[in-house]
Amino acid sequence: MSLLITPGADGRFGEFGGRFVPETLVPACQELEAAFNDAWSDPEYRHDLDKLLSEYAGRPSGLTECHNLGKQLGLRLFLKREDLNHTGSHKINNVLGQVLLAKRMGKNRIVAETGAGQHGVAAATAAALLGLECKVYMGAVDVERQSLNVFRMKLLGAQVEAVHSGSRTLKDAVNEAMRDWVATVSDTHYCLGSVMGPHPYPFMVRQFHRVIGDEARAQCQERLGVMPDVVVACVGGGSNAMGIFSGFIDTKARLIGVEPAGGAAVGRGQPGVVHGMKSYLMQDEHGQVQEAHSISAGLDYPGVGPEHSYLASIGRAEYPTVTDDEVVAGFQLLSRSEGIIPALECAHAVGWISREAPKMQGQIILMNLSGRGDKDVGQMMDILDGKL
Amino acid sequence: MTFGRLETQLRQRRNDGGKCLVPYITGGLKGWQDAIRACAANGADAIEIGLPFSDPVMDGPIIQAASQQALFDGATPISIMQEIRSLDVGIPLAVMCYYNTVFHAGHERFAYALADAGVCAAIIPDLPLEESGPWCQAADAASIETVMLAAPTAPDDRLPRVVARARGFVYSVGLLGVTGERASLAQTATDLAGRLKAITDVPVLVGVGVSNAEQATQAVQVADGVIQGASVMRRLMESGPDAVGEYVAQVRLAITL
Ligand SMILES: Cc1ncc(COP(=O)(O)O)c(C=O)c1O
Repeated sequence: MSLLITPGADGRFGEFGGRFVPETLVPACQELEAAFNDAWSDPEYRHDLDKLLSEYAGRPSGLTECHNLGKQLGLRLFLKREDLNHTGSHKINNVLGQVLLAKRMGKNRIVAETGAGQHGVAAATAAALLGLECKVYMGAVDVERQSLNVFRMKLLGAQVEAVHSGSRTLKDAVNEAMRDWVATVSDTHYCLGSVMGPHPYPFMVRQFHRVIGDEARAQCQERLGVMPDVVVACVGGGSNAMGIFSGFIDTKARLIGVEPAGGAAVGRGQPGVVHGMKSYLMQDEHGQVQEAHSISAGLDYPGVGPEHSYLASIGRAEYPTVTDDEVVAGFQLLSRSEGIIPALECAHAVGWISREAPKMQGQIILMNLSGRGDKDVGQMMDILDGKL
Repeated sequence: MTFGRLETQLRQRRNDGGKCLVPYITGGLKGWQDAIRACAANGADAIEIGLPFSDPVMDGPIIQAASQQALFDGATPISIMQEIRSLDVGIPLAVMCYYNTVFHAGHERFAYALADAGVCAAIIPDLPLEESGPWCQAADAASIETVMLAAPTAPDDRLPRVVARARGFVYSVGLLGVTGERASLAQTATDLAGRLKAITDVPVLVGVGVSNAEQATQAVQVADGVIQGASVMRRLMESGPDAVGEYVAQVRLAITL
């Protein structure tokens, strides 16, 4: 039996997942579940999606061996190049799937939350392409540190609303997007940006990102003739990680999801319920959700997708953390050694690999390079100015 | 069938030819206990006490602000429950909280803590029917009435299943949206209340978006009563407990005429 779960009507991955939403949204989630299952098994929908993924988003994405860094670290390092997708990250895979689905469901508007702005940009892009109205909620802190992406979204015709409640980051943007959806559910689709939220989102978003793992597995087979020893990805909500993990879950590869030290849902959290799902969650002794703190807006989230909680609970995947300093070092390391500027999110994975390299000598490491670092250069200029 | 204290009280009001009035107060916010006393003294049939949560997805700006302030002031579910125990206002008290507060404490422990504090009912807006089994079992065992929410989006075949599980009253969500004051009562408020009244004998109360005495009067043309949240909390935050008492008296008068 495959470890890759297809959840039943209760939306569970083991004890995790489910559908903890206001009553108003239950019928909408049920409708979405039915529509997704119908579309996913419809060759015409799949054909349309594949066409968009190849002709518009630029799939398949490449697999690049990092010869310089590999040599330096004493291992073989391969990058799955999601950074080269249109809009600059893996987020486009999910968004094209969802917006195509929204159209099929007769919705004329989407709402989305965003942290780093990559999902917001991808959502705004797909909405522009397919002719839907788009509103993106973004924490006020993130609006500040990812201003380039705010402008991109506006340029693409989306309305961006800064969220001033709570920690003013991704968690609060999700709350606000859900509040919008509660009020507009009849004509609006909530285009959630990761493998989180109420059923069917964690399952559906994983299916849209499976293409990452499926391609990477075929590329490893063709180029190496063997499977990697270790598959590494950063984890915010967990979509790029689930995407690449799903291609290797039934191999012997170690699966590593790297979390920021200040947003370690699996490492420091306990099971809890927020944003429609039961999953590991950083919370205080009374069950109040704690604020995450990470240098990267895209990982600044106190929860994690339920399938990751499940994989952690059965010991199939590991969820170590890295510090902001290790991230900054990883950001520079990949830039200098390979000429590839990573997004701060995936610089977490680089940071982990370089720290753990002594224990992985001679091994084949596959890392999901989930996005490019252009969006982060403004922030990094402030941090590194004068030190280069 | 024997009813719990909350449902008994609301049925009594209805049997007497009256309409039910349930104000909402955020626990732990400055003046909240006086506000509850003011509600009880001015014609409330029961009180809904909110346990503040960090991520209240069903709440609009007013109740969000109240929750955030209460948390900032150090309120916890435990401290609020202790203070509820000493309230003694003579009318049934229900607690409104998000599910993580319950889940984190543990179903049995939370249900018994409510009972111990003298609370008779729970309203959990992010715990829909399909996920409510384990909580309802613990709540039933502790004689806590679980109020179920019904929403305008529910298809006809869903409503009977929701009302079958409702104890205390059915919370008929007045509009598509979160808590907050609106200029007029949404058409969905009376539509849904009508659909519910047609299938259940459990009291049907409209909440979310019932913003003043006039709208309350419109809602009770169809429903058995109303819950008033944001309009009460705005007065508490702007003017204090006395203003809450005056407002409740005004709504009571309007729905009695
Ligand atoms: C490049 C990149 N990687 C990763 C993430 C984190 O999301 P997830 O964990 O769902 O892949 C983001 C989110 O903004 C991102 O922009």
